[in-house]
Amino acid sequence: MHVVVIAKNTPDTEATVSVDASGNADWGDKLVVNPWDEYAITEAVLLKGAHNVTATVITLGTEEHAEALKHGLAIGCDQAIRIWDDALAGHDGLAYATAVAAAVNKLGDVSLVIFGKELSDIASDQHIFQTARKLGWNMLGFVAQIEAIDFAAKTIRVSRLTEQGSQVVSSALPAVISVVKDINEPKYPTFIGIRKAARAEIPVWDAAALGLDAAALSSKTAHIRYQALPAREGAVEIIDGATVQEQAEALVDKLLEDKVL
Amino acid sequence: MNVFVWIEQHNGTPVAASWEAIGLARQLGDTVTALVLGQGVDDIAQAAIHYGADAVLKADDATLAQVRFEPYVTLIAHLVQQHNPDIVLAAATISGREVLAGAAADVNAAMLPDVIELSLEDGKLSAARPVLGGKVLSVEAVTADGPQFATLRSRAFPMPEPDANRSGTITEVSPVLADDVIASRVESAAELSGQVSLTDASVIVAGGRGVGGPEGFAPVKELADVLGGALAASRAAVDAGWIPYEHQVGQTGKVVSPDLYIAAGISGAIQHQAGMRTSKVIVAINRDADAPIFRLARYGIVGDLFDVLPALAEAFRNRLG
Repeated sequence: MHVVVIAKNTPDTEATVSVDASGNADWGDKLVVNPWDEYAITEAVLLKGAHNVTATVITLGTEEHAEALKHGLAIGCDQAIRIWDDALAGHDGLAYATAVAAAVNKLGDVSLVIFGKELSDIASDQHIFQTARKLGWNMLGFVAQIEAIDFAAKTIRVSRLTEQGSQVVSSALPAVISVVKDINEPKYPTFIGIRKAARAEIPVWDAAALGLDAAALSSKTAHIRYQALPAREGAVEIIDGATVQEQAEALVDKLLEDKVL
Repeated sequence: MNVFVWIEQHNGTPVAASWEAIGLARQLGDTVTALVLGQGVDDIAQAAIHYGADAVLKADDATLAQVRFEPYVTLIAHLVQQHNPDIVLAAATISGREVLAGAAADVNAAMLPDVIELSLEDGKLSAARPVLGGKVLSVEAVTADGPQFATLRSRAFPMPEPDANRSGTITEVSPVLADDVIASRVESAAELSGQVSLTDASVIVAGGRGVGGPEGFAPVKELADVLGGALAASRAAVDAGWIPYEHQVGQTGKVVSPDLYIAAGISGAIQHQAGMRTSKVIVAINRDADAPIFRLARYGIVGDLFDVLPALAEAFRNRLG
């Protein structure tokens, strides 16, 4: 039995981003493991520790994304696989999902696929839900806790966030889940783990290895250009006053004048 | 252009951004069909017409009582295949993101998720969406033929005025999946009691590291209550365990765009800005006059939030009655 975690490297969340006149964005060169994926990788390793399952970490990306895989290996995943094919350059969510679902099927005997809540670079989670559909499995998104999982009986019960609060949902396995930061405390690699991960051979699965033709990986949407956020108008107006009551009243006046309320 | 709009509802309460999606659908298309799924949703079907739908496809069934991934995705994909709309829209809520992406995968269609601008150019959708932690916009376009899916960020598009004199057709449709083939069960649900949803809120009052502890959120909540607004927090306050994660605004929390965002004791780290910088008016209250939040704010008060927030609550109470 098998747990698979899908992880990726994304630009450092601390980085400032600039956009040039031709619509290219510059976020520096530093890549980190997608913040949500740290929780997803940790959850796979915790499940491996508590159950008799193999944990595999998969990324879809060029060679620079192997770092997310090494992070996974260093904290305890058993194996890592990188998916890449030139047909995936500029891929959209659906192409991503098609490739990932094919890789999960190729592994076989997978009970659970874990994603971090979203990818911080493309700010999207579309590929997660689409992977579930391409696999034909149920989807449990925004999971805050796995309350129970029984790999032999093929059942899972989770608590998940909703827009209105939270839900406890039970489901059959296999399933795809996405996790939010409540789920665990991320594990960080040890020195020994990092050394072990550095020596690991990471296979690359291309379209042929996945049994897909390039047409199946063609995208239906395209990124055209980046654009700076519209500037916020005007400088801040600092509200002064002799007393805090005066300041408060002056601010309320301004907000009512501006018809904000 | 025929446009489908999924009207998301929970326990008979429609999601406000679904009406914003109908408003946009009216601009993009010639005919607008609302998909209303649930149990006991006659009023919502009627409301969809008042907000601008020409027709409603209504599925009223116990298997649809709660929004669940499999029955909702399967039915919406089935209706898209049957009616072949040009465009399919929904609100980019947690459920909207899941359900529309799933349905788009089923029919192998193009999808633009969580957009804040959407337009048609030569019959193809083109969108702007915040990416890279909300620091820049990505302009993206559909390149393939066939139905085009998009989810719309709450409050990014104008709310249409409902018109009770509008009329339209309501057609009953049946669910595709029988109860015994649906893999998931909702065993219990807990609502954020008496609180306004952050993504729908027109006013948000947020506290950060400066509140100093769980009890420090009392004046933040008091002001939120006076304004009928929602309570929010920065990551620092959530990580410290002072307030639950569902209140977190920022790159690893919720993205909000209220009419008024009052940030108290929040320095305004770039990750927090990612979650709130599209707010219409930002008010910053901070003891540190150099805090980055003042560079984003329209109005600022340099001072102690424990003095300023109660005074503001009092002033609003007096003025708003």
